[in-house]
Amino acid sequence: MNLNRRSVLTAALAGGVLVSKVGRTEAFARGYDPQAEAIADGVWLVRGKDEPIAFDNGGAIANSVFIATDAGTVLIDPGPSLAYGKALSALAQRVTGAAVARVYITHLHPDHSFGAAAFDPAIAHALPATRHDLVNDGDGFSDALYRMLADWMSGTAVVLPQGDAAEGNVTFGGRTLRLFAMNGHSNGDLAILDQKTGTLIAGDLLFHDRAPATPHADIDGWLAALDRIEGISHRLLIPGHGPLDRNGTSIAQTRDWLTWLRASLRNAVPTGKDMSEAGAMTIPDRFAGLKVARYELQRSVSHFYPGLEAELLPEIGR
Amino acid sequence: MQLSRIILPMLAFAATPAWAAPLPADPLGSPMWDYHASRIFEGATLVFDDRVKVILPVIAEDQHVVPVTVDARALQGVQRIILFADLNPIPVAIDYRPLQAAPFVATRIKLDQRTPVRAAVLLADGVWHVAGGWIDAAGGGCSAPPASRVRGDWADHLGEMRGAGWVDKGGMRLRFGFRHPMDTGLVESIPAYNIEELAVTDATGATLAKMTIYGSVAEDPAFTLEVQGADGPMTVAARDTSGLEFKGSIAASSGQKLVAAQ
Repeated sequence: MNLNRRSVLTAALAGGVLVSKVGRTEAFARGYDPQAEAIADGVWLVRGKDEPIAFDNGGAIANSVFIATDAGTVLIDPGPSLAYGKALSALAQRVTGAAVARVYITHLHPDHSFGAAAFDPAIAHALPATRHDLVNDGDGFSDALYRMLADWMSGTAVVLPQGDAAEGNVTFGGRTLRLFAMNGHSNGDLAILDQKTGTLIAGDLLFHDRAPATPHADIDGWLAALDRIEGISHRLLIPGHGPLDRNGTSIAQTRDWLTWLRASLRNAVPTGKDMSEAGAMTIPDRFAGLKVARYELQRSVSHFYPGLEAELLPEIGR
Repeated sequence: MQLSRIILPMLAFAATPAWAAPLPADPLGSPMWDYHASRIFEGATLVFDDRVKVILPVIAEDQHVVPVTVDARALQGVQRIILFADLNPIPVAIDYRPLQAAPFVATRIKLDQRTPVRAAVLLADGVWHVAGGWIDAAGGGCSAPPASRVRGDWADHLGEMRGAGWVDKGGMRLRFGFRHPMDTGLVESIPAYNIEELAVTDATGATLAKMTIYGSVAEDPAFTLEVQGADGPMTVAARDTSGLEFKGSIAASSGQKLVAAQ
């Protein structure tokens, strides 16, 4: 448990701080100012910054979604902190005219999940695998976010969603949502299709114009999930990070990056590259439009390289 | 107990007590520069030199396993390479002597907080050439138990070695690693226990490279070296602080086989 907590301090975040800032306390004089964009009938997108988690962005890097229903607003992914969850709550009330009545958390990572602190745990829903992993890793995430975000995190406690999300249709306030229980980016990745508008909220199974993050990824499982997403009839895709996708680009981008990453790391070990060299490998030009590509490549080297060496390098001695 | 662990690695460098020249100002502005420099260099001349490349990742994604590569191949006559992190409780990670090897070494270290990570390269004329950079890291790299202690299987795999060699330009790149907890002694009820000596010898028995290793090297320590001579096999031998010895043999063709098997 102790190790688990410590080992996820940075490893499990969807982002991290590149260079420490000096004088953080003096710099902190702001609140969050999330903006909602109407993207379909009764559906609003709140964009996160396409950056790593950093003090300058308060950790608000993940996308959030509002869906209006007769029973109140459904909020998908409440963001990184208590204050952000509260800001989303006020924003939802303003744009939808109704308070948040249900929260879905797509997966465990704190840039998506920790804003649940602003809501009654009874209205927060997640896959059982997500709750299980939050029990194990939540304290470590919390340490890491407080270290990087300091006052932005004020009052944020780890809140475990009490509702079980499961594969299948859910009708809430007269609006039918189809839930998909998948995995690959993490052990539990919830995707939600709003039947009325064909809006598919994919969580971090999709990254758009931003390199995918892999701290808990099983790449084979993730690629299988992408195949499944491609087969789900939809009109709009909302990735976990990056802009709204109207034509499926994010599916192709995420698949292309993961396929390239897997092959490149599996090639780096047998050709004798060390971790620094693997992290410095050429990133193909076709990924030039993906933000934070080098950063995520180096994180992925950290996530996968020791395991690949244990798998691919022969035993010597004995 | 803890104090002795912190100081002991540095006593190894205390050669002469005399203090010759004033220390040059630290370009990294480290609060521990004077402390470490006075103990590691002990009066010897030192210069900051960008020809010593210390390659760090843009983020210490896992503070228990932070890759560091030191490349001093732009310098001639390298005798020693010391890798250290100013603000680690065990500052020195490795002290490498590339006897018949390129001045190049890659490994992974633990970090306990944001810190400068540096390489000090000693040339034959007795001058140290120093370079490095700051890297941010979460706490606990040195003070959390290793994964194998938590899993409980560390003893089942202790000393297992993996590795291969790639022949290149008359030399051989060696990459190898050991299963070892590399306990720092900073975790409650787990005494310090780490691999402390390493040597690479060629088929004639000549020693090509030697390294002293400290507890701030990551669990399951891994190394990349470039030794002279392309005729295998190369023998990698290590000893830990309990006196256990681990030995492995790397054939010159082993890397080529991996490439071919892809």
